[in-house]
Amino acid sequence: MTDMVLQIDGKDVTASTGMTVLQAAQQAGINIPTLCHHAQLEDYGGCRLCMVEVETRGRTNYVVSCLYPAEKGLVVRTRSEKVDKIRRVIIEELMAHAPDAPELVKLAQEYGADRNRFEKEASFCVLCGLCVRYCAEVKQKHAVGFIENGPMREISFIPELAAKECWNCQECFAICPTSYAQAAYLLTEALAFPGQRKKQAPAVKPQPHTTFGGIPVIVA
Amino acid sequence: MTRLQSAAELEDYRAKLLSVRDPAKPCIAVCAGAACDGLDSAAVASAFAAEIKKQAVEAKLDFRVTGCHGYCNKGPNVIAGPGDICYFEVKPEDVPDVIACTLKGEVLDRLVYRDPVSGEKAVHMNDVPFYKHQMRILIGDIPRIDPKRIDDYLAVGGYASLTKALLKMSPEQVLAEVKKANLRGRGGGGFPAGLKWETTRNAPEKTKYVIVNGHEGESAAFMDRAMLTGNPHKVLEGLIIGGYAIGAQQGYIYTRHDSPQMAEHIQAALVQAKDLGLLGKNILGSGFDFEVELHFDVGIFVSGESSALMRSIEGHTPEPRPKYIRTSVSGIWDKPSNLNNVETWANVPEIIGRGADWFTSIGSEKSKGTKLVSLSGNVVNSGVVEVPMGTPLRTIVFDIGGGVPDGKAPKAVHLGGAMGGSLPISMIDAPLDFDEMSKLGAPIGAGGLLVMDEDTDMVEIARYLLDFLVEESCGKCVPCREGMWQMLKILTNITQGKGRKFDLDRLADLAEVTSLGSLCALGKTSSDPLKSMLRYFKDEYEARITAGSQAQ
Amino acid sequence: MSENKIDSIIEKYRGKPGALIHALTEIQHANHWLPREVLHKVADALEVPFSQAMQIASFYKTFSLTPKGRHEVHVCTGMTCHLRGAAKLMEKVQELTGLQPGETDAAAKFTLEAGSCLGSCSIGPELIVDGKHYGRMSPEKAEDVLNRYE
Repeated sequence: MTDMVLQIDGKDVTASTGMTVLQAAQQAGINIPTLCHHAQLEDYGGCRLCMVEVETRGRTNYVVSCLYPAEKGLVVRTRSEKVDKIRRVIIEELMAHAPDAPELVKLAQEYGADRNRFEKEASFCVLCGLCVRYCAEVKQKHAVGFIENGPMREISFIPELAAKECWNCQECFAICPTSYAQAAYLLTEALAFPGQRKKQAPAVKPQPHTTFGGIPVIVA
Repeated sequence: MTRLQSAAELEDYRAKLLSVRDPAKPCIAVCAGAACDGLDSAAVASAFAAEIKKQAVEAKLDFRVTGCHGYCNKGPNVIAGPGDICYFEVKPEDVPDVIACTLKGEVLDRLVYRDPVSGEKAVHMNDVPFYKHQMRILIGDIPRIDPKRIDDYLAVGGYASLTKALLKMSPEQVLAEVKKANLRGRGGGGFPAGLKWETTRNAPEKTKYVIVNGHEGESAAFMDRAMLTGNPHKVLEGLIIGGYAIGAQQGYIYTRHDSPQMAEHIQAALVQAKDLGLLGKNILGSGFDFEVELHFDVGIFVSGESSALMRSIEGHTPEPRPKYIRTSVSGIWDKPSNLNNVETWANVPEIIGRGADWFTSIGSEKSKGTKLVSLSGNVVNSGVVEVPMGTPLRTIVFDIGGGVPDGKAPKAVHLGGAMGGSLPISMIDAPLDFDEMSKLGAPIGAGGLLVMDEDTDMVEIARYLLDFLVEESCGKCVPCREGMWQMLKILTNITQGKGRKFDLDRLADLAEVTSLGSLCALGKTSSDPLKSMLRYFKDEYEARITAGSQAQ
Repeated sequence: MSENKIDSIIEKYRGKPGALIHALTEIQHANHWLPREVLHKVADALEVPFSQAMQIASFYKTFSLTPKGRHEVHVCTGMTCHLRGAAKLMEKVQELTGLQPGETDAAAKFTLEAGSCLGSCSIGPELIVDGKHYGRMSPEKAEDVLNRYE
């Protein structure tokens, strides 16, 4: 592994080969907002919040820092008028679905996003895919997946697997930015296998989440 | 069939074919292209087959069912030879007369073209206005070829460029010729194909792939389908030459599942090319091995996006991958993969056969060669058109297309399908050129050209296009999934008279962020039609919003 | 559709995760829909997670997770057809069949789809029934066409 120097927000930052711009920034203590990034998971590039401005060969491009490889001499700007605008509109788009998700509320303040700018459709899920990817990549259970495409896309627990696996795990509930994963699981259980969950002591103590679209939720 | 082992054997085989073909022999070609098929050209074709049998004139008259002749709205199309006499709107009951005239070397007057205004007749293909302003280098052979017979392609000189490339040129020379020709990708971007080939060729991985993108999901684009269905061997020949230049031994043809005729023709072409030794091991004794597999989409537009398409060939959901590492370096199964569309590949045998200098003598300064265009919408003549790059839109819409029907005034032309742009009719003298059209905000895209008349509602068109694209988005990234959804809602409100004065602001923001922030080309270009309309037809949008708020 | 036929398609692709789309497409063509238990069988045989089979089956328009009617009716909604009045044609077909796009009637006679552009733009608007194209279609003529199907 060789080290290289790139410039982030005017600061020289050292990174090693294979690192992304996001990793390089985080290592240098420069904060870039993310929603679908998780240290244990393969980077996904879905939420696009971590977009930054990079300059290569005299051209300015907008790229997602969680996937863009750090390069020697690269010039990165993590904030600019355009970058802020992209983030603001993305936050506004997501708040049409989950207006009270704590992470979004915090980001909205920082970027001046108006939670009422776009027509609401409270599905509560922002489709960051953390639950789906965590279940597949870390737990290798595939008990929750994506279905449909476009705006119809949603996460869906597979009842046949969820009945066996989920109650003892619940790890995705804790990483969900809106608490929707937990709600979706409980709904699946109520509809598909009420009272049939395999009860064991959870491997990891479930993290009680405080809000679900503003409503307090506690897992029994 | 025995496999041909050398260039000499191929030329012998071709000479034998030609020795029994008499160019002066009467012949009849019935079009079975997508539009003619919809007008029941199958009934016309079977009437010909039956009548020829009944009159026992098989020996005196060649008959074939072919791919798209081009002049689609005049179908079913029949071309009689020698002399390329065009008959239009042919019905089964016309068949005996067509046969009688063709055998006698006469013209059946009642079925030839008549100018709708002057009533003037045009008999031969080169005199028919729809055809005479074209330069049909890629599609010109289609009426002479039964796509299911490789011999027909060989009879028009097919696979001679492959022989030349494999046996007389090094891969480097082939690549250099394509670069010199400045062949630009016909799929939309106009990126130089030679540079893309070179990237894949130079990528360190040994296993490489070449791919034909025959998905053609662009709405109102039907020229690639016409090309691939009507002359599959030409595309295949281009692909094999590309594989040789790039150093790939495996090719893929990716196309639509919902066009059974196209699938059948490609499959037949692959089998016959393999039987003759033009595919497989040691092609024509050159030492070059090359195989091709056919893959189908399963019905979503995003699978035509290059990285998504490659995911689909791997058997995964076609979610696009971010392209910071280009697919030409890391594509199918992370191997270097060069993807070009149907039309791009079809140009390759022409460039190798006739040379880069010939190719660059056609077209505009920076866009060389010809371009296939699907001409449709509110236009008198519609169909598949091939013109030199740089041809003014006016020539296509008025000289070839015959203008707008029913005495209406033209309002706009739209290029590039659901991710293209609309231009007001005042810009009709703009040239069909990659860079010029991009500058105007209506990039050529794959080549769908739609004419819109005075009754067209530009707000409704933008709404309709987004309604289409929203369903085609994979839904992975936020700006594409949510941005399009919100733009669609706002536009729907405006068309229903519920527009509000800050809507144009919201639309502009959504359009900008969707194109800057989306992961793949679908999202990045999804707001292009809207942007072009806000650029050229903003008054119409403002008027609709004002009228709506006054009514409320 | 016999279960054997489905099984033989699945067997062809056993142990080949990369052939998931091929397997599902073949079953869809042969059986016209993908029952959930078949998806389970495919996932097990091809060694892919069931969630992936489900994702693909629900992602693509070609796949149907519910049974289809005897006749598949498409109204082309491509750009040219749209400019030439496809919306009115669609309205009429909806009225005649009592279906919304994507639905199948109780007697399983028709399934209605809003079809994507199939490239016969020059003769739009188009009605396509079981793959047969009816060009230059007007709402009035549509009734006539649909009456031909039992």
